[in-house]
Amino acid sequence: MTHDDLGPAGLPSRHLLAVDDLGVEGIARVLAVADSFAEVGRRANPKVPALRGRTVATLFLEDSTRTRLSFETAAKRLSADVLSFSAGSSSLNKGESLRDTVATIEAMGVDALVVRHRSSGTPHRVAAWAPGLAVVNAGDGWHQHPTQALADLYTVAGALGRPGDDPLACFAGLPVAVVGDVRHSRVARSLVAAYAAVGARVTLVAPPTLLPPSLEGWPVAGVSHDLDATLAGARVVSLLRLQAERGSGAYVPSLREYTARWGLTAERAARLDPAALVLHPGPVVRGVEVASDVADLPCALIGDQVRNGLVVRMAVLFLLLGHDAVADTGPTRLAAAPSARRGRQEAAAGAPRGAADA
Amino acid sequence: MRDPVVVVRGGTVLDATGERQADVVVEGGRVVAVEEGAAVPRRATVLDAGGCVVAPGLVDLHSHLRQPGAEESETVESGARAAALGGYTAVVAMPNTDPPVDSASVVRDVRSLARGVPCHVAVAGAITVGRAGERLAPMAELAALGVRIFTDDGAGVQSASVMRRALEYARGLGVTLAQHCEEATLAAGGVMHEGAVSSRLGLAGVPALAEELMVVRDLALVRETGARLHLLHLSTAAALAALSDAKRAGLPVTAEVTPHHFTLTDAALVGFDPVFKVNPPLRPASDVAAVRAALADGTADAIATDHAPHPPEAKDRPLDEAPPGMLGLETALALALTELEVPLSRVLALLSWQPAAIAGLAPDHGGPVAPGAAANLCVLDPDHPWVVDPASSASRSRNTPYAGRRLRAKVRHTVLAGEPVVVDGEAQR
Repeated sequence: MTHDDLGPAGLPSRHLLAVDDLGVEGIARVLAVADSFAEVGRRANPKVPALRGRTVATLFLEDSTRTRLSFETAAKRLSADVLSFSAGSSSLNKGESLRDTVATIEAMGVDALVVRHRSSGTPHRVAAWAPGLAVVNAGDGWHQHPTQALADLYTVAGALGRPGDDPLACFAGLPVAVVGDVRHSRVARSLVAAYAAVGARVTLVAPPTLLPPSLEGWPVAGVSHDLDATLAGARVVSLLRLQAERGSGAYVPSLREYTARWGLTAERAARLDPAALVLHPGPVVRGVEVASDVADLPCALIGDQVRNGLVVRMAVLFLLLGHDAVADTGPTRLAAAPSARRGRQEAAAGAPRGAADA
Repeated sequence: MRDPVVVVRGGTVLDATGERQADVVVEGGRVVAVEEGAAVPRRATVLDAGGCVVAPGLVDLHSHLRQPGAEESETVESGARAAALGGYTAVVAMPNTDPPVDSASVVRDVRSLARGVPCHVAVAGAITVGRAGERLAPMAELAALGVRIFTDDGAGVQSASVMRRALEYARGLGVTLAQHCEEATLAAGGVMHEGAVSSRLGLAGVPALAEELMVVRDLALVRETGARLHLLHLSTAAALAALSDAKRAGLPVTAEVTPHHFTLTDAALVGFDPVFKVNPPLRPASDVAAVRAALADGTADAIATDHAPHPPEAKDRPLDEAPPGMLGLETALALALTELEVPLSRVLALLSWQPAAIAGLAPDHGGPVAPGAAANLCVLDPDHPWVVDPASSASRSRNTPYAGRRLRAKVRHTVLAGEPVVVDGEAQR
């Protein structure tokens, strides 16, 4: 692949801190490149040399299995070197400040730092502290989890789109219900921004106590406190995780009451549009947000979300870092698969088709 | 050794009695003459005040000088120097130190630290022991030492019953209580104002309601007890409206607002920078407009800084882990003159003679510039442009939210008890 294949820049922003950094053009580009990496993943040897010589570090200061593994696997499939820092293993335990830890990582010559932190905004601070790093937000507090939203978009596009179509065309006017603890959900904030950018119509469904105090400026089509009234019209139902402590009486009286009113029970699932898709960012608490048998239905794309998370993260790392790598090492063959070429051409075509759809 | 003589020459004197062109001659810590073309004694120090306003020194009702206990943030001396550079001749030192100012010995400690510093430090006492909101601090003992203001600032007194008894007791002593108005259960966990911005950023918010509820409760307690109450750093339209009604009803209540609440909004938090984290939090534009209106129409009695130094290692953290607070002493006057659309005389009333009266420091501070008055003066150039540079602050800390901001109006000289402590913008000690 040559320098010009990705256009003048990999992504509109040097970091991926929030979905808003991407815009519709950036989202289209990530999905197109992810498509080319999906092809790579089906090969006997699923590795490409795209980020050879680059170093990606993960700094996860909050418990996470799937997101960290996903990012590290993505980086390794791109042939990057991977360093892993976590709360237990780092000098943060010895009283070192986060800022100094980040400075240390930067001094090691790391190119990209993938940050997960329990405090909203920490990736923004890291980006401000370490100007030499490309920072990827892997989930911060209640704020954003952009790669999860991108994985969901990619998953829905894969389920609804037809080969050869503009991958974003399927989102125009698509009714999406985002259900559950929107207030405390970084996934919800990223999903709302991502779906709105590609032209979907998002309805938030939650008890008032689990909605943000203000929805001023949120690009949503509607808000409902009644899941039953919303469900029939939804083509995509995106369930959010309810953390156990939220069901302890402070926000909703009990998990039992929450599940009865806002859980996707088998009975409710039976009333879904036959073509509807059910998504959940995981980890799933079976029996709370979604009934166990519903989670295993064919319309539930939870496994796809995990698989697609990997290729979307490959795409994000490649777009943030691969540009310079290509420039440094000269023309390299990335992937010769037709779909990859098609995706790149669309992404590089200039006119953001998704914007026209929206 | 004879008393030093200082002549402040060529300025416009502006105090609560009005404005006139005059030189001010100071000797032995007192003003001895205020007249145009005053004779300059040979041994006099002459401070040029051409194009400047000569006013009573400013008085801050709300400074955190951090000593004892947090000397890495500020000391009484460094805070007093920042105050002098900002035109202040007196500051009220908040009692949320470690240990807190809830006993006579800590009052004496802070006073001994304040000896010889370039600004008068009036020590405020705590309302309750350990600022824990439970048992009354020995207010009579502290009042006998000269403490005029008591507050648990940093937190409000949550118990209505404790606050009621504190007001009753204070009324008997003739001292003023000052309340940090924040209902703790509503504010719990909040790192910024609860609203559109916090909702978008995924940050726990402090609702405006937390301030309003305690203001409304305390105004009812004032009506009940007849005690004097000062409301600290009001920041919301609803609280200011309640205050306005209470004043109309004749209740003995005063209030201050801060420069950051009339110059910054909660939109400043979009980059998650803890330099903008403060308590009460930065509010939306509608509240900022209400604060400005309260300054213009007299609902607010004073501009107070809530000067709250924190060292870089405390602020260079994730937003929810960083402590609230921002520097204020060196920028308050310039911000008021740059940002507020009110006459200079009103700005000085809000920064000097009105807070001096609330703190019980008048007329030595804030009093008219006239023969016989204590020589505590601020000489300011209302048209001197400058840019805020955190590195040049006299504070031990650097947490100003105004780095790089262009301001007009700068303090040129400060005279404390007849002695120039700031000359041409430079601290003299």
